[in-house]
Amino acid sequence: MAMSRRQRARTFRGVQYGVLVLAVVLIAVFADWGTIRNAFFNLDAAATQFPEILSTALVNTIIYTGLGFALGLALGLVLALMKLSSVGPYRWLATIYIEFFRGVPALLVFIALGYGVPLAFQLRFDIYSTAAISLGLVGSAYIAETLRAGIQAVPPGQVEAARSLGMSQSRAMITIVIPQAFRIILPPLTNELILLTKDSSLIYLLGLARTEYELAKFGREGLNATGSLTPILLAGLCYLIITLPLGYLSRYLERRTGRKQDEGLKVTA
Amino acid sequence: MSDVIIEVSGLHKAFGNLEVLKGIDMSVKRGEVVCIIGPSGSGKSTLLRCVNLLEEPNAGTVLVNDFEMTDPDVDIDKARRGIGMVFQGFNLFGHLSVLDNLTIAQRKVLKRDAEEAKSVAKENLRRVGLEEKINSMPSQLSGGQQQRVAIARALSMQPAVMLFDEPTSALDPELVGDVLGVMRTLANEGMTMLVVTHEMQFAREVADKVLFMDGGVVVEEGPPAQVIGDPQHERTQTFLRRVLNPVHAHD
Ligand SMILES: Nc1ncnc2c1ncn2[C@@H]1O[C@H](COP(=O)(O)OP(=O)(O)OP(=O)(O)O)[C@@H](O)[C@H]1O
Ligand SMILES: [Mg+2]
Repeated sequence: MAMSRRQRARTFRGVQYGVLVLAVVLIAVFADWGTIRNAFFNLDAAATQFPEILSTALVNTIIYTGLGFALGLALGLVLALMKLSSVGPYRWLATIYIEFFRGVPALLVFIALGYGVPLAFQLRFDIYSTAAISLGLVGSAYIAETLRAGIQAVPPGQVEAARSLGMSQSRAMITIVIPQAFRIILPPLTNELILLTKDSSLIYLLGLARTEYELAKFGREGLNATGSLTPILLAGLCYLIITLPLGYLSRYLERRTGRKQDEGLKVTA
Repeated sequence: MSDVIIEVSGLHKAFGNLEVLKGIDMSVKRGEVVCIIGPSGSGKSTLLRCVNLLEEPNAGTVLVNDFEMTDPDVDIDKARRGIGMVFQGFNLFGHLSVLDNLTIAQRKVLKRDAEEAKSVAKENLRRVGLEEKINSMPSQLSGGQQQRVAIARALSMQPAVMLFDEPTSALDPELVGDVLGVMRTLANEGMTMLVVTHEMQFAREVADKVLFMDGGVVVEEGPPAQVIGDPQHERTQTFLRRVLNPVHAHD
């Protein structure tokens, strides 16, 4: 049977809708709606989560992530500058550090800092320091690479103009290159903040007091207490409160820098 | 203070195996406008960039404004304060407004206070005819306007000499005149200028001295009437025939 292109496309679309309708009908008939509703949308279980899920867990997730990101940014900047240094050993050290922390699971870093260091060195950090250092170590490796790329994306003419005005190499770096590099890497940097937000959930495996619970741990405890998946779903929604706006921000910034660069090219071309 | 402000002698520069400058001797006197002309790849930009040490020469000496630029112990940042440079691609700082482009080095390098830096900036924007653009961002300006801002930025450091590397060759033809006009005014005000250019009309009318470079050497130099009007060397004649009469470029 010969079909025109339009007929074939229509048939193909019809089959797709058919499969979809069948799947929906099957799920509707066979699924145990009572159990599902009880597991995910248990209002009594949900009620026990408030207000701590916001006032403690969400706030703590933001604090842990914020501290880790701040440290990661500072460390990442130092590493990026080391990687661009004309001194060989600096470059090698930075490369080893970056490759190591990008290559090992973040979980391992948390175990090392949360359990390993206290055992081996008899050192006890409070939970905020442990979180900041672990997330900072992991984040800095990624941030360093992003920053290095950003610094290299600033046209060399910018440094030449700065130097020709009598600025020193480091002055030109600080006042001219780094601010422009940050504009270029704002979108990928926002993405790294999203990844770090999710990585902050690894803190849950350290011993936490109730006031130190972050979202994942809080959800886990809620599950234990209620036997319902609802607390986990709520914790997930709370992560989305952080990550979705950041994702939109990242894409918005990306569009904006893209447009700026187009304009820049038009003028200099 | 000596009469000679730039003194280049025995200058050699190579990029890897490529020898770009093969022994350049030249000088610029205070108040003089010197234009460098020559075919693409002859080393004009490299020579200019060796003058403020954006490129490091392999041999020879460069003296500017009583600083020996080629001395490894020279305070290069201090030496460069007295040398303004204008680039083919403008190189305005893209994250800063026009005003900040003009004040940033004044403040960070010369340690001027905000008030003084701003008034110097305004004065120099007036000189290039762009006072009303003081709060614009570089991306909002045309190429010609960007280049005039770049000139004002260099002037804001009150340099003793200005270097120009083909300041109009990235511009649309209708914008070239504005930039050349600003440069002409500067020259009339007595600014010492070393200009790499393909604008023969400008060189003929404004320059006190013209250098023709080819293959990494200065082939011919003298007043414009001589070098452009009545060239003695065959290479100069060929180059000028091509530039002045591009239709008959096939010889
Ligand atoms: N950084 C560099 N590394 C390697 N080669 C270079 C570099 N800069 C310039 N060159 C080479 O040196 C030669 C001279 O370059 P230069 O820019 O000085 O020429 P020019 O006379 O200014 O030419 P144009 O009129 O095209 O600007 C060219 O062959 C160029 O490819
Ligand atoms: Mg050039």
